[in-house]
Amino acid sequence: MEIKILICMGTSGVSAGALEVERNFITELKSCGLDKKCKIVHTGDRGLFRDVLVDIIISDNRITYQYVKPEDVSIIVKEHLLEGEPVRKLQATEDYEQFFSGQMRIVLSNCGEIDPEDINDYETHGGYDALKKVFQISSQEVIEEVKKSGLKGRGGAGFSTGLKWEFCSKPESDKKYVVCNADEGDPGAFMDRSVLEGDPHSVIEGMIIAGYAIGACEGYIYCRAEYPLAIKRLKKAISEAKEKGFLGSNILGSGFSFNITIKEGAGAFVCGEETALIASIEGHRGMPKTRPPFPAQEGLWSKPTLINNVETFANIRHIIVKGAEWFSSIGTKESKGTKVFALAGKVKNTGLVEVPMGMTIRELIYGPGGGMVNNNIPFKGVQIGGPSGGCLPEELLDTAIDYESITKTGAIMGSGGMIVMDEQTCMVDIAKFFLKFTVAESCGQCTPCRVGLKRMLEVLEKITCGEGEEEQIIFLEEMGSAIRDTALCALGNTAPNPVLTTIKYFLDEYDAHIKEKKCPAHVCVELVKFEVIEEKCIKCGQCYKVCPVSAVVWQKNDYAKIDKAKCIKCKACINICPTVAIE
Amino acid sequence: MKVNLSEAKNIIKKYCAKEGALIPLLQDVQAIYGYVPEEVVELISKELSIFPVEIYGVLTFYAQFYLTPRGKHTIKVCQGTACHVMGGGEILSYLSDTLGIREGETTEDGIFSLERVACLGCCGMAPVIMVDNDFYGKCTIKKMEDILSNYQKEKSI
Ligand SMILES: Cc1cc2nc3c(=O)[nH]c(=O)nc-3n(C[C@H](O)[C@H](O)[C@H](O)COP(=O)(O)O)c2cc1C
Ligand code: FES
Repeated sequence: MEIKILICMGTSGVSAGALEVERNFITELKSCGLDKKCKIVHTGDRGLFRDVLVDIIISDNRITYQYVKPEDVSIIVKEHLLEGEPVRKLQATEDYEQFFSGQMRIVLSNCGEIDPEDINDYETHGGYDALKKVFQISSQEVIEEVKKSGLKGRGGAGFSTGLKWEFCSKPESDKKYVVCNADEGDPGAFMDRSVLEGDPHSVIEGMIIAGYAIGACEGYIYCRAEYPLAIKRLKKAISEAKEKGFLGSNILGSGFSFNITIKEGAGAFVCGEETALIASIEGHRGMPKTRPPFPAQEGLWSKPTLINNVETFANIRHIIVKGAEWFSSIGTKESKGTKVFALAGKVKNTGLVEVPMGMTIRELIYGPGGGMVNNNIPFKGVQIGGPSGGCLPEELLDTAIDYESITKTGAIMGSGGMIVMDEQTCMVDIAKFFLKFTVAESCGQCTPCRVGLKRMLEVLEKITCGEGEEEQIIFLEEMGSAIRDTALCALGNTAPNPVLTTIKYFLDEYDAHIKEKKCPAHVCVELVKFEVIEEKCIKCGQCYKVCPVSAVVWQKNDYAKIDKAKCIKCKACINICPTVAIE
Repeated sequence: MKVNLSEAKNIIKKYCAKEGALIPLLQDVQAIYGYVPEEVVELISKELSIFPVEIYGVLTFYAQFYLTPRGKHTIKVCQGTACHVMGGGEILSYLSDTLGIREGETTEDGIFSLERVACLGCCGMAPVIMVDNDFYGKCTIKKMEDILSNYQKEKSI
């Protein structure tokens, strides 16, 4: 009987000490003679942040341990493996179960389960079955199948993948390209990264199938340079796939040839936009171009080019193997399949969540998300779609997660960032945060985006430091809609969304900043007085202990006081105060 | 300080025949030198017949490239959405105040460079910073003090 030990080795697992945990397992197993009977499997992150996760699988029995520290390993080996008694206190708790029970894992089905650096493990989990299947049908039939599935691009815009493939298959050309967009620029999203780190072959397989369908024999993966582990695993996966004959010339004797090159991005959000991405692969500044011509007609090196997102490609093999009908039975009328979200912020369970389209946002946050992290601080809003998306209030929590319903609210589905915010988050500040990001990342080609966004940011800066005026709301709305209508690319078109949605749903907060010169969430530093409200102070002294510059004066059984001359406004006291007694 | 150009020459040789090679070439140059020295830009311009303006155009467009030497340790402070909501902004301003440098700059003693990044992909541990290749999650001002002093101590050893 073999014992399998799965250790999560994605970026967050490794940063929490997974390597030391593994090392200890190896030495412990050796010293008790179990090393021949146990197989250690490195997996990608499973999507839930519990530091180092370790699973022990003995025949059908699977026990999950969370927050495993290197020093816990000897206990697990002794009690569980030798004495047959799982270590209760390290076992994953109920919320771990809750996190996974509400999900439907298709794209993420292998993440955290298989060794991403071992092609054999991928194959035993059905890997490359889809590729073998497509060679038995014509490229036209592959396109039909993808079209019938109803799959839409997961990179943001939600364009029908099958249609895009069809457009790319039409033009006659000596050369065509397949490009995988792995630039993942949304500053709060890491779905694509986890797929690349946890199941790189699924993306590669999707790309080869796309190449076969449209008649391209060369592929590029454009990956963010901030993802070194993903790049390393992709390289390994590509070379393994070559050795096995899934990549290279005359793949599996089909006569079809395909190769993949990895291009590392160099740190520019706008390069996620498809025409900018193409310019960047060609070695230029990543400046978007007006479309048409679309990349499907004139893309990389002016040849027809298919660009899809990582998650889009990762869906393909499931559609081919299980059929379009199966795929389109999941989801809503217009939006099929599942969507992966990077859930973060003030929820209990943060991590990667894959749910069927049509689930409501509330079900996601209170199901897999486990609800708010602090039951005493109520929910305020949820941000969807990153810098192009919007903030939705409590009243809209029952919005279904599908392209149409979310677009109706003024937000967008985007690539899948979802940040939950509570009463301690300032919505004006969030709008300012995203605008700062887009201003910094604007390529500067067109005036609405370069100048207009900056004017909007200046106004938000005034409002958050107490110099706001009432007319400025109208200015923000007018300027926002003008930019939306006139900017050259989708970066500019969508950049006003965070501002426009917060004005639409959280106007009272703008009013508090402008009329009362107050930030209800105590986030905007210029509007915080840093004074202790004695009625609320419970004299606990926590602020005194946490202050890095000793600006808090406090003695046992006495109210705290803040010495404003010393205070550096770091807000450590506000964040730690259990009774919100600092204003 | 004079820049040794022999390694740059090897890199240029490796890429000279390839299409769209400018960015990977510059990435390799930076991996060797820690930044892209002016002398190397001149050399690339000459060898590959590209105008310096085009090379600088690329260098200044992408956040990843540096035109000046970096500190011994690079501190990247995540300013992604999750980290922002969880207090990453305060971590950045604390580090900036304490080190006396703004983002993109290097301390006078050459020990630390400070940078902002958007999402390091561990939002569950927000706020997150990264020093060289090591991640530190659930950051607090107190924790920053310890981290800085650890790296500073290492210098005096
Ligand atoms: C500013 C901007 C950034 C974008 N960033 C990404 C990205 O990081 N990843 C991605 O897949 N698509 C991104 N897109 C969308 C791409 O332009 C393109 O629509 C997408 O890659 C197409 O793939 P899909 O059809 O599979 O979604 C971005 C678009 C814009 C305007
Ligand atoms: S936002 Fe900081 S790690 Fe994602």
